[in-house]
Amino acid sequence: MLLGPALGLSAILFTLGVAGVLIRRNAIVLFMCIELMLNAVNLAFVALAQVYGIGGYMMVFFVMTVAAAEAAVGLAIILAVFRHNQSIDLQNINLLHG
Amino acid sequence: MTSFVFYVFAVIAVAAAVMCIVQRSPVAAAMWLVQTMFSLAAIYVLLGAYFISAIQVLVYAGAVMVLFLFVIMLLNLGHDARDLRGASAIAAGVVVVGLLAVELVGLWAYTPARIAREASAAAGPEAARAALMAGLTTQQETAARGVVGGIAAPLFQAYLVPFEITSVLLLVAIVGAVVLAKRKV
Repeated sequence: MLLGPALGLSAILFTLGVAGVLIRRNAIVLFMCIELMLNAVNLAFVALAQVYGIGGYMMVFFVMTVAAAEAAVGLAIILAVFRHNQSIDLQNINLLHG
Repeated sequence: MTSFVFYVFAVIAVAAAVMCIVQRSPVAAAMWLVQTMFSLAAIYVLLGAYFISAIQVLVYAGAVMVLFLFVIMLLNLGHDARDLRGASAIAAGVVVVGLLAVELVGLWAYTPARIAREASAAAGPEAARAALMAGLTTQQETAARGVVGGIAAPLFQAYLVPFEITSVLLLVAIVGAVVLAKRKV
Protein backbone atom coordinates (compact mmCIF):
# COMPACT_ATOMS: atom_id res chain seq x y z
CA MET A 1 0.00 0.00 0.00
CA LEU A 2 3.05 2.24 0.47
CA LEU A 3 1.25 5.02 2.34
CA GLY A 4 4.06 5.87 4.77
CA PRO A 5 6.89 5.87 2.20
CA ALA A 6 4.80 7.95 -0.23
CA LEU A 7 4.11 10.56 2.45
CA GLY A 8 7.79 10.56 3.36
CA LEU A 9 8.78 11.11 -0.28
CA SER A 10 6.20 13.89 -0.47
CA ALA A 11 7.77 15.54 2.59
CA ILE A 12 11.28 15.28 1.12
CA LEU A 13 10.23 16.77 -2.23
CA PHE A 14 8.32 19.62 -0.55
CA THR A 15 11.35 20.41 1.60
CA LEU A 16 13.60 20.45 -1.47
CA GLY A 17 11.17 22.86 -3.12
CA VAL A 18 11.33 25.20 -0.12
CA ALA A 19 15.14 24.95 -0.16
CA GLY A 20 15.15 25.92 -3.84
CA VAL A 21 12.95 28.96 -3.18
CA LEU A 22 15.28 30.04 -0.38
CA ILE A 23 18.64 29.62 -2.14
CA ARG A 24 17.95 30.66 -5.76
CA ARG A 25 17.69 34.21 -7.08
CA ASN A 26 16.49 33.44 -10.59
CA ALA A 27 12.74 34.12 -10.73
CA ILE A 28 12.06 31.33 -13.27
CA VAL A 29 13.90 28.69 -11.24
CA LEU A 30 11.95 29.93 -8.22
CA PHE A 31 8.73 29.24 -10.10
CA MET A 32 9.99 25.75 -10.93
CA CYS A 33 10.58 25.13 -7.23
CA ILE A 34 6.99 26.19 -6.53
CA GLU A 35 5.86 23.62 -9.12
CA LEU A 36 8.00 21.05 -7.29
CA MET A 37 6.18 21.85 -4.03
CA LEU A 38 2.78 21.53 -5.75
CA ASN A 39 3.86 18.14 -7.10
CA ALA A 40 4.83 17.01 -3.62
CA VAL A 41 1.40 18.00 -2.32
CA ASN A 42 -0.22 16.09 -5.20
CA LEU A 43 1.74 13.01 -4.21
CA ALA A 44 0.43 13.29 -0.65
CA PHE A 45 -3.15 13.62 -1.97
CA VAL A 46 -2.79 10.56 -4.22
CA ALA A 47 -1.24 8.50 -1.41
CA LEU A 48 -4.02 9.38 1.04
CA ALA A 49 -6.69 8.78 -1.62
CA GLN A 50 -5.83 5.08 -1.35
CA VAL A 51 -7.26 5.11 2.16
CA TYR A 52 -9.71 7.99 2.29
CA GLY A 53 -11.56 7.52 -0.99
CA ILE A 54 -11.53 9.14 -4.39
CA GLY A 55 -11.88 12.75 -3.21
CA GLY A 56 -8.09 12.98 -3.13
CA TYR A 57 -7.97 12.58 -6.91
CA MET A 58 -10.43 15.44 -7.31
CA MET A 59 -8.17 17.65 -5.23
CA VAL A 60 -5.21 16.71 -7.44
CA PHE A 61 -7.23 17.88 -10.47
CA PHE A 62 -7.90 21.25 -8.93
CA VAL A 63 -4.29 21.65 -7.76
CA MET A 64 -3.10 20.93 -11.32
CA THR A 65 -5.53 23.47 -12.77
CA VAL A 66 -4.46 26.16 -10.33
CA ALA A 67 -0.79 25.31 -10.97
CA ALA A 68 -1.26 25.69 -14.74
CA ALA A 69 -3.06 29.03 -14.30
CA GLU A 70 -0.41 30.19 -11.84
CA ALA A 71 2.43 29.24 -14.21
CA ALA A 72 0.82 31.11 -17.13
CA VAL A 73 0.15 34.31 -15.19
CA GLY A 74 3.44 34.15 -13.28
CA LEU A 75 5.53 33.73 -16.41
CA ALA A 76 3.65 36.62 -18.05
CA ILE A 77 4.54 38.77 -15.02
CA ILE A 78 8.19 37.66 -15.30
CA LEU A 79 8.16 38.68 -19.00
CA ALA A 80 6.78 42.11 -18.08
CA VAL A 81 9.41 42.54 -15.34
CA PHE A 82 12.18 41.50 -17.75
CA ARG A 83 11.01 44.08 -20.26
CA HIS A 84 11.02 46.72 -17.52
CA ASN A 85 14.55 46.26 -16.14
CA GLN A 86 16.30 43.68 -18.38
CA SER A 87 16.82 41.21 -15.53
CA ILE A 88 14.89 38.59 -13.62
CA ASP A 89 17.34 38.50 -10.72
CA LEU A 90 15.20 38.93 -7.61
CA GLN A 91 17.85 41.26 -6.10
CA ASN A 92 17.06 43.78 -8.84
CA ILE A 93 13.30 43.69 -8.33
CA ASN A 94 13.14 46.15 -5.45
CA LEU A 95 10.75 48.88 -6.53
CA LEU A 96 8.74 48.38 -3.33
CA HIS A 97 11.86 48.49 -1.16
CA GLY A 98 11.15 52.03 0.14
CA MET B 1 8.43 -6.02 -6.00
CA THR B 2 6.11 -3.01 -6.06
CA SER B 3 7.94 -1.67 -3.06
CA PHE B 4 11.33 -2.08 -4.78
CA VAL B 5 10.15 -0.23 -7.91
CA PHE B 6 8.67 2.49 -5.70
CA TYR B 7 12.00 3.08 -3.96
CA VAL B 8 13.87 3.15 -7.30
CA PHE B 9 11.60 5.89 -8.62
CA ALA B 10 11.64 7.69 -5.27
CA VAL B 11 15.44 7.87 -5.34
CA ILE B 12 15.35 9.11 -8.96
CA ALA B 13 12.76 11.77 -8.06
CA VAL B 14 14.72 13.07 -5.07
CA ALA B 15 18.05 13.07 -6.93
CA ALA B 16 16.51 14.93 -9.88
CA ALA B 17 14.90 17.45 -7.51
CA VAL B 18 18.29 18.09 -5.85
CA MET B 19 19.90 18.57 -9.28
CA CYS B 20 17.04 20.92 -10.21
CA ILE B 21 17.74 23.29 -7.33
CA VAL B 22 21.55 23.31 -7.62
CA GLN B 23 21.97 23.55 -11.42
CA ARG B 24 23.04 27.03 -12.50
CA SER B 25 21.60 26.78 -16.01
CA PRO B 26 17.80 27.34 -16.03
CA VAL B 27 17.36 24.94 -18.96
CA ALA B 28 19.20 22.14 -17.11
CA ALA B 29 17.09 22.85 -14.00
CA ALA B 30 13.93 22.56 -16.12
CA MET B 31 15.09 19.22 -17.57
CA TRP B 32 15.78 17.80 -14.10
CA LEU B 33 12.35 18.98 -12.98
CA VAL B 34 10.81 17.10 -15.93
CA GLN B 35 12.67 14.01 -14.72
CA THR B 36 11.17 14.46 -11.25
CA MET B 37 7.69 14.77 -12.72
CA PHE B 38 8.08 11.60 -14.82
CA SER B 39 9.24 9.69 -11.74
CA LEU B 40 6.20 10.98 -9.85
CA ALA B 41 3.98 9.79 -12.71
CA ALA B 42 5.48 6.30 -12.35
CA ILE B 43 4.86 6.43 -8.58
CA TYR B 44 1.22 7.41 -9.22
CA VAL B 45 0.87 4.23 -11.30
CA LEU B 46 2.28 2.20 -8.40
CA LEU B 47 -0.24 3.87 -6.08
CA GLY B 48 -3.11 2.88 -8.40
CA ALA B 49 -3.86 6.36 -9.79
CA TYR B 50 -3.53 5.56 -13.49
CA PHE B 51 -5.53 8.51 -14.84
CA ILE B 52 -3.75 11.01 -12.58
CA SER B 53 -0.47 9.58 -13.86
CA ALA B 54 -1.46 10.24 -17.49
CA ILE B 55 -2.59 13.76 -16.60
CA GLN B 56 0.68 14.35 -14.78
CA VAL B 57 2.67 13.53 -17.91
CA LEU B 58 0.40 15.52 -20.24
CA VAL B 59 -0.16 18.65 -18.15
CA TYR B 60 2.94 18.97 -15.99
CA ALA B 61 5.77 17.33 -17.92
CA GLY B 62 4.19 18.42 -21.20
CA ALA B 63 2.34 21.72 -21.10
CA VAL B 64 3.69 23.51 -18.03
CA MET B 65 7.34 22.66 -18.60
CA VAL B 66 7.15 23.59 -22.29
CA LEU B 67 5.79 26.97 -21.15
CA PHE B 68 8.78 27.33 -18.81
CA LEU B 69 11.24 26.40 -21.57
CA PHE B 70 9.62 28.88 -23.98
CA VAL B 71 10.04 31.71 -21.48
CA ILE B 72 13.65 30.71 -20.66
CA MET B 73 14.54 30.75 -24.34
CA LEU B 74 12.56 33.94 -25.00
CA LEU B 75 14.52 35.74 -22.28
CA ASN B 76 17.81 34.16 -23.48
CA LEU B 77 19.00 33.36 -19.95
CA GLY B 78 22.55 32.05 -19.66
CA HIS B 79 24.66 30.83 -16.78
CA ASP B 80 24.75 33.40 -14.03
CA ALA B 81 27.41 32.94 -11.36
CA ARG B 82 25.39 35.07 -8.94
CA ASP B 83 22.28 32.94 -9.31
CA LEU B 84 22.78 31.17 -6.00
CA ARG B 85 22.37 33.42 -2.99
CA GLY B 86 25.21 34.32 -0.59
CA ALA B 87 26.54 32.09 2.19
CA SER B 88 24.48 33.71 4.96
CA ALA B 89 21.23 33.29 3.02
CA ILE B 90 22.08 29.66 2.27
CA ALA B 91 22.84 29.02 5.97
CA ALA B 92 19.50 30.55 6.99
CA GLY B 93 17.82 28.46 4.31
CA VAL B 94 19.42 25.26 5.61
CA VAL B 95 18.18 25.99 9.16
CA VAL B 96 14.61 26.70 8.01
CA VAL B 97 14.58 23.68 5.70
CA GLY B 98 15.96 21.42 8.44
CA LEU B 99 13.16 22.40 10.80
CA LEU B 100 10.56 21.87 8.08
CA ALA B 101 12.04 18.48 7.17
CA VAL B 102 11.86 17.28 10.78
CA GLU B 103 8.21 18.28 10.94
CA LEU B 104 7.25 16.75 7.60
CA VAL B 105 9.12 13.47 7.99
CA GLY B 106 6.96 12.92 11.07
CA LEU B 107 4.31 12.04 8.47
CA TRP B 108 6.28 8.85 7.91
CA ALA B 109 4.71 7.49 11.10
CA TYR B 110 1.28 7.86 9.45
CA THR B 111 0.77 4.18 8.63
CA PRO B 112 -2.49 2.59 7.43
CA ALA B 113 -2.80 0.80 10.78
CA ARG B 114 -2.67 4.09 12.65
CA ILE B 115 -5.20 5.71 10.32
CA ALA B 116 -7.54 2.76 10.80
CA ARG B 117 -7.09 2.97 14.58
CA GLU B 118 -7.91 6.69 14.61
CA ALA B 119 -10.87 6.15 12.28
CA SER B 120 -12.26 3.41 14.50
CA ALA B 121 -12.02 5.76 17.48
CA ALA B 122 -13.87 8.55 15.64
CA ALA B 123 -17.64 8.75 15.34
CA GLY B 124 -19.05 8.05 11.89
CA PRO B 125 -21.17 5.78 9.72
CA GLU B 126 -20.41 2.10 10.25
CA ALA B 127 -20.08 1.19 6.58
CA ALA B 128 -17.65 4.01 5.83
CA ARG B 129 -15.59 3.10 8.87
CA ALA B 130 -15.43 -0.54 7.85
CA ALA B 131 -14.38 0.37 4.31
CA LEU B 132 -11.75 2.74 5.66
CA MET B 133 -10.26 0.08 7.91
CA ALA B 134 -10.07 -2.30 4.96
CA GLY B 135 -8.45 0.49 2.92
CA LEU B 136 -10.52 -0.36 -0.14
CA THR B 137 -12.81 2.57 -0.96
CA THR B 138 -10.80 3.91 -3.91
CA GLN B 139 -10.05 0.42 -5.19
CA GLN B 140 -13.73 -0.52 -4.96
CA GLU B 141 -14.71 2.66 -6.80
CA THR B 142 -12.19 1.97 -9.57
CA ALA B 143 -13.23 -1.67 -9.84
CA ALA B 144 -16.92 -0.73 -10.08
CA ARG B 145 -16.69 2.14 -12.59
CA GLY B 146 -13.33 1.76 -14.35
CA VAL B 147 -10.26 3.98 -14.13
CA VAL B 148 -11.73 7.05 -15.84
CA GLY B 149 -15.35 6.51 -14.79
CA GLY B 150 -14.36 6.30 -11.13
CA ILE B 151 -12.98 9.83 -11.39
CA ALA B 152 -15.57 11.26 -13.79
CA ALA B 153 -18.59 10.34 -11.68
CA PRO B 154 -17.63 12.39 -8.59
CA LEU B 155 -16.09 15.14 -10.76
CA PHE B 156 -19.36 15.81 -12.60
CA GLN B 157 -21.70 15.13 -9.66
CA ALA B 158 -20.38 15.95 -6.21
CA TYR B 159 -17.64 18.33 -7.42
CA LEU B 160 -19.57 19.99 -10.27
CA VAL B 161 -19.54 23.52 -8.84
CA PRO B 162 -15.77 23.58 -8.14
CA PHE B 163 -15.26 22.18 -11.64
CA GLU B 164 -17.22 25.05 -13.20
CA ILE B 165 -15.39 27.61 -11.04
CA THR B 166 -12.16 26.10 -12.36
CA SER B 167 -13.21 26.94 -15.91
CA VAL B 168 -13.75 30.58 -14.89
CA LEU B 169 -10.33 30.57 -13.22
CA LEU B 170 -8.70 29.31 -16.42
CA LEU B 171 -10.47 31.97 -18.49
CA VAL B 172 -9.25 34.70 -16.13
CA ALA B 173 -5.72 33.27 -16.28
CA ILE B 174 -5.76 33.28 -20.11
CA VAL B 175 -6.96 36.87 -20.30
CA GLY B 176 -4.54 37.97 -17.56
CA ALA B 177 -1.54 36.31 -19.20
CA VAL B 178 -2.32 37.92 -22.57
CA VAL B 179 -2.82 41.37 -21.05
CA LEU B 180 0.37 41.14 -18.98
CA ALA B 181 2.60 39.76 -21.72
CA LYS B 182 1.58 41.89 -24.68
CA ARG B 183 3.45 45.03 -25.54
CA LYS B 184 1.75 48.40 -25.26
CA VAL B 185 -0.25 49.09 -28.42
